[in-house]
Order: sequence, then structure tokens, then C-alpha cells
Amino acid sequence: MANSVTITIDGKQISAAEGDKLLWVALENGIYIPHLCGIKEKEKPDASCRLCFVEVEGMANPVTSCTLPVTDGMVVKTRTERVDRLIATGFELLLTNHRLGCAKCAKNGSCQLQKIAKERGLKLRLTRLRSVLKEMQTDDSLGSVAFDPSRCVLCGQCVWADRKENKGNIGFIRRGISRKVSTFGEVPLAESGCTRCGKCVEVCPVGALVKNS
Amino acid sequence: MSVLGTDTQKTYQELKDQAVQAVEGLNTKSYVLVGTATCGRAAGALNVLETFRSEIGKHNVDAEIIEVGCMGHCYAEPMVIVYKPGFPKICYGSVDEGIATRLVTDFLVNDDPCFDFAMAALEPNDFFPTFEDFPRGVYEQKVVLSDCGLIAPDDIEQYIARDGYGGLAKALSKEPERVITEVKDSNLRGRGGAGFPTGVKWEICRNAEGDTKYVICNADEGDPGAFIDRALLESNPHQLIEGLAIAAYAIGASQGYIYVRAEYPLAIERLKTAIGQAREKGIIGNSVMGSNFSFDIKIFQGSGAFVCGEETALIASIEGNAGIPNHRPPFPAVSGLHGKPTIINNVKTLSYITHIIRNGAEWFKSIGTPGTPGTAVFALAGKVVGTGLVEVPMGTTIRTLIYDVADGIKNEKNFKAVQIGGPSGGCLPESSLDLPIDFDSLQQAGAMMGSGGLVVLDEEDCMVEIARFFLEFTQNESCGKCTFCRLGTKQMLDILTDITKGKGKLEDIDLLLELAVDIKAGSLCALGKTAPNPVLTTIRFFRDEYEAHITEGRCPALMCKELITYVIDEKKCSKLCDACIGSCPVEAVYTRSDMLKDIYLDKCVKCDNCLVTCLPLYQAVIKVSPPIEAGGNQNG
Repeated sequence: MANSVTITIDGKQISAAEGDKLLWVALENGIYIPHLCGIKEKEKPDASCRLCFVEVEGMANPVTSCTLPVTDGMVVKTRTERVDRLIATGFELLLTNHRLGCAKCAKNGSCQLQKIAKERGLKLRLTRLRSVLKEMQTDDSLGSVAFDPSRCVLCGQCVWADRKENKGNIGFIRRGISRKVSTFGEVPLAESGCTRCGKCVEVCPVGALVKNS
Repeated sequence: MSVLGTDTQKTYQELKDQAVQAVEGLNTKSYVLVGTATCGRAAGALNVLETFRSEIGKHNVDAEIIEVGCMGHCYAEPMVIVYKPGFPKICYGSVDEGIATRLVTDFLVNDDPCFDFAMAALEPNDFFPTFEDFPRGVYEQKVVLSDCGLIAPDDIEQYIARDGYGGLAKALSKEPERVITEVKDSNLRGRGGAGFPTGVKWEICRNAEGDTKYVICNADEGDPGAFIDRALLESNPHQLIEGLAIAAYAIGASQGYIYVRAEYPLAIERLKTAIGQAREKGIIGNSVMGSNFSFDIKIFQGSGAFVCGEETALIASIEGNAGIPNHRPPFPAVSGLHGKPTIINNVKTLSYITHIIRNGAEWFKSIGTPGTPGTAVFALAGKVVGTGLVEVPMGTTIRTLIYDVADGIKNEKNFKAVQIGGPSGGCLPESSLDLPIDFDSLQQAGAMMGSGGLVVLDEEDCMVEIARFFLEFTQNESCGKCTFCRLGTKQMLDILTDITKGKGKLEDIDLLLELAVDIKAGSLCALGKTAPNPVLTTIRFFRDEYEAHITEGRCPALMCKELITYVIDEKKCSKLCDACIGSCPVEAVYTRSDMLKDIYLDKCVKCDNCLVTCLPLYQAVIKVSPPIEAGGNQNG
């Protein structure tokens, strides 16, 4: 059993187990920090969505809370000018490659991008940046599930869930701007080893993997 | 670990005696050293080598031909050194088959050293100047490059005869902690780019818990314009192997890796040979030089991803995963390869280690600046006369480097900027020329030491285009894992591309600056964190060029194709010449009724051929910016 430590987040005193990652400590105590790629059980956090920035007293720059183990006496601020700016830019960058149009999206109302926008007062449209979205074919091959890569934010939740259930039926392919989630050999989901367990749909924070109604 | 120090020294002395004996015979007869590193080969060194072989055979000359590495004078490749008893060793540059033949027939057969073709002698003599008699020789101080191009990389005896592996023998006779202390005292900073103190990194790794530890040499050199590691691997691989073995001993590792990019086939070949020879001599393997320290080296070939030079991506790559960076901490020194404490040092860093252990920390600190002791190795490229690999003490100014060491700007053009540190670095203007080069001063100026690429730009280089070029590189090489790097660099690249096409808006400059700051702060690894540097520095020092593109549609350097038009100055054009017409691939150049030439603007593809053709004749073809609309002033 790890030692119990006391930390302060936004002025609120919280006791937590030493070494737990700050993001989960905050969330479990009702303090929201934007996040998409965080997976609590993952020993090495991906830290790839770059939305969970906070400022910690004694640290020169904002840090990702999903990678930061809590230590006794840590003083955290989830809203500072620098943090807000970073998250706003990171969020808008994600939108440059995300097919908007919430009204037509099956995740409308339960989308994590909508939640972040609401929590942080951000707009769900591009304000400064330009869209780099390439329309990609939605994979409807399973019938019951639709995978729309142009809504994917590359958080890796589905890849992790799939790896636990199916030993890696989907994964990341390609590099840079072309990086995407795909089956091996880019075959349609129905032709892959998909077992239709539905776990990937459950964890997708956006409208990329949804149940067809 | 207790080590039988005296035995090690004895074993080494025996190795050295053998080596000295083996190479002693060399100076009793003539020999020819041909630089056949990749740089030399690209310039035709293998043909030269073949010519020497056939000519020496034909004339029955008793001379040995030895393949060596690179001496660093890129502008004069292929280079050879010829020695004949009774003459000083003389170095010849830009050697072709004809010169090679003459060197055999005139020099080796007869006694004419062909001074016409000579660059410099290697030792003082009464006939010909040495390298030290030229400005470059005065300012250069070679440590890691000292033997490059002078010894055969595939002959371990030549290395040992020059005190090679003496540093390892010395290290093995000390406690590992004392080796680390020596490195810490030397204040050596990692030459991979960031400049982290090497000794501190080693100490953290030595103190980290774990029985198994690893040392890795990062030879994934991928910056455009940097070729220092390649030259070191191809010219003196034993120097690196010695440094790696010392590092392993110091931290308590028994397995080392050299992560070298597969695009360096010759370096890999020479490394393999060198490792094999070291193993045969008992310098690596079980019981190194008779001690109870065991160490072996594996070569791991990277598959071409630039980001694998980032240490967590490099580790992922060796582990068999995609070369994608991970969050630090934990730092590899605590949890690296297979979760074990691992140090990753650059080729240059480890090469310095060899000399630091051999000559001591005090010697090292006597070179360079207090903050960054030692020398800096630069790959000088771009618009300078003397391109090549140079090694100067830290603290040398950029001005000295460009104007004294590299002999100034090509074709008497004006200096505009110097790009230091590759895609992670920045562009510094004329006002920074007197900046002394070290990690801290460059960082303060907005550039970076990086891996030592130094590209000199002149008045014909457009700074917006340069920024776009480097950003295109990093954007291409982004692994795509994190939001800021994957999408942020793309955003910046699109904006820069617009500006170079005259489609930019004034507010784009501020947006670029905003994005640059956020990408630096928000990215996961050093690739993203440094990618905006070329943009930041070019806006800082050359904002007027950005503005000219945006507000006037004009490229001041006449480089951005969309913003220039090729025209013919009728005052300079000759009725008697039609060289430009022949050079045009698309029949855009034509003869007017008055016999002068003109260009159909709607046909012109801006290939530059007519300008280059006319340049030595009449200089009548010129570029103008902003561009003239097709059909604007046509009179054909």
C-alpha cells in the first residue's frame, strides 16, 4: 500500500496515494482536466493527446497530468493563462483534422470533444486554423458498427481495448499526418479478426467508432 | 567489480608492441592513402583507387595502397596522400584518374612530387606548405577528427600503434567510479544536440538499481546537411568502440549497441570489421584485455525514421516496436532498453571519451570555453568556399568559422545568414557573426548546436523558403503520435507554403509565432519541441522578407518560383548568340524579329537553365520579382 500524501489542486486539499498519476487523482476528486488518450491502467501513459496540461508549483513549464506522479505537498493549478492557451491550441489543432458537424454525429451529446469545449469555453469550430481534413471512407463492413476515420482523434483507446480483448486486431499505422487506426493490411473490419466484442466502441471518446442505429 | 589493473596494462602493452611492430614497416617504402569514405566515393575515389592499383601494378612500383577515411575537405574530394621515402607526406586534392596516373609515373616512378596538384604537406619541409600554414589549419584543433583520413579504419594495428585503446586500458585499471569522476570533471557535454553533461548521465545510470545495464551509441544521424557521425564511423570506428567500452565499464554494462542508420552502409561495414578485429584482439568480448570486465557490441540498423535519433524512440526501435517517442521521465538512464538503466551517447560524445580518459580531464578543459570545454565539429555546407568537416575549439566565433576556416562566401556574394543545428536549429543573421560558438550562446541566440550541421546562406537564399524547407522536413518526419507535432507542424507548413506562393496574409506571421510557441511547449518529444526554431529565428531576424512576400508579392532573394519571372535584358542580349534557346526544355525562349531573344512567360517553367547558360556569356537573363503576369509586356 502506497503512502498517503496530501496535494492541493486549485486550492482544494486532496489526499491521494503517493505515485498515482495526477490526472486520475483530480478526476476522482471531481476536478475536471481535459483528456482523451489517458488510460488509467496503462503503466506507461501515451501522453499523446496533449490536453491534460496543468501547472505545478516549482515546475518551470506546464506538464501533462497523466504522466505526473503525485508527491506530498504538490500544489497544482488546472487553470492558468499558459495552461488555457496550450489546451485551446491543442484542442483547435485536433479540430483541424476532425470532421465536424455534431448534429449528424452519433456521439452528439456524449462526445468528449464537446465536453472539453463546454468545460473550457472553447468553440467547436476552427477560429484561427485551417482544416487539413481529408475525407476518408467510413468502414461500415460490420453492419452493426461504423468506423469513421475522419472523426478519429488518434487517442488510442480502441487500440488498447482491442489489444486486451482480441490481442491486437487494430493498431496504429503510418506516420505523421498520415497516422491512423487500422486493421492489419487495412482490410475492412469485417474481414479482419474482429470478434464484434464492441469494446472499442465503448471506449471511443468521439464519433469515430459508433454503433449503427 | 575488481579489476586486475596491472595485468590489463601488461596486456595492453603487449598489444601495442605488436601493433607498433606491424606498422613499423610502413614508412620504409612508398604508400598511397586514398580517402574512400562515402564523401570521397561520391566524388570518384573508387576510380582513383583503381587507377592507382593498375598503374602501380603496371610500373611495378613497390608501394602499398591503403584505403582511409575522410580528412574533412569536402570541396577537394577525392583526396589522396602519397608518401615516398625521402619526401614529406603530401596530400593531393580533387584527384582524378589522370592525376592519379601522373602521381604514379611522375612521383612514385620518378622523383617529381607534382606540386601542381598538391594541397599541402603533412609535415613541415623545405618545399611545400603544410595544412597549418593555411588559415583553416591555424584555427582548427583536431581531437576526434585527428586520425580521420590518416589511418586505415579496417586495420586495428594502425589505431593501436597510435595509442588506440590506451584509454580503455587506463580506465580498466581504475575503479568505474573514478572513470565517471574523470568524465564529470572534464565537463564534457553530450554532442548529440542538447548538451547534457555526460558524466552526470553516467552517474545517474551507475547509481540506478539493476544488475543489467546497457550502453547505446546513437549513430542515427539524420539532420539534412550533417555528416559528422558518418565520417567518424567510416574513418575511425575504433575510436568510438573504445569510448563505448569505457562507458560500459563505467556504468557497469556488459552489452552495448550501436544504433546506426541503414542509409550508412559503408559505416556499418567498417564498424563490423572493426568490432570483429577488436573481438579477435580480446579488446571486447569476455575478459576485456585480461580483466574481469566483459563487454560486447551489437550493431542495430535503423530503418530511416529521423525521430529514432530521439532516445526513447531509439529504444522502442531496438525493442522491435515502432520508432515512436515516449514520455520522459523516466529517463533512459533510470529505465531504458527493456526497462533497464541505459545510457545513450552520440558518436562524437563517445569519441571524445576516448581522448578524455587517455589525456585527462584537465587537458580537455584546457580546450574551448569553461561552460563548454573541448572542440566543436561542424559539417560546413552551403555557400562557403571551403565546405567540409571542421573541428574548432568551442568559443570560436561564427565569423572565424565562415571567413577564416571556410574561406568565405562562394562567388563573392554577400553573406545573409547561417543555419546552425539543422531542422532543430535556427538561422542567425550577420549581427550574430561574432557570437562565440558553444551550447549556451547558440541557445540564447535562438539556434542550437544540434548535431553540428552548419549551412551558410547568401543573398540568393530566401529565408521564408529556408524556414519552409526545414519545416517540411520535420513535418514529414513527425511520428504523428502527439497532437502538437502532428497537426501543428502541418498547420505551420501550410501557412509558410502560402507565403512563399504570395498567398500569405499579414496576420499569418503572428499566427506562426503563436503556433510556434505552443508547439514548443506542447509537444511530447524534442522533435516537436524544436521544430518551430527555424521559423522563429527567421521571423525574428528577417521579418521584412516575410512581409515583402505577403504585402508586395515579392521574394527579395528571387528564389520563390511563384514570385519571380525570368526576363531577358535586351540591352545585354546579343543578336549573335542563341545559347539560351538551346537550353530551354519547353521552347519558351525565342528569337524576336530584331534577333534579340525573349521569353514566352506563359510557357516558361522557371527551370533556371537559360539564366545559368547566359551567366558566363552576357548575363542577359535575369529574374524579377514581383512576377510579371503572362501577357503583360509581351511583344513577340
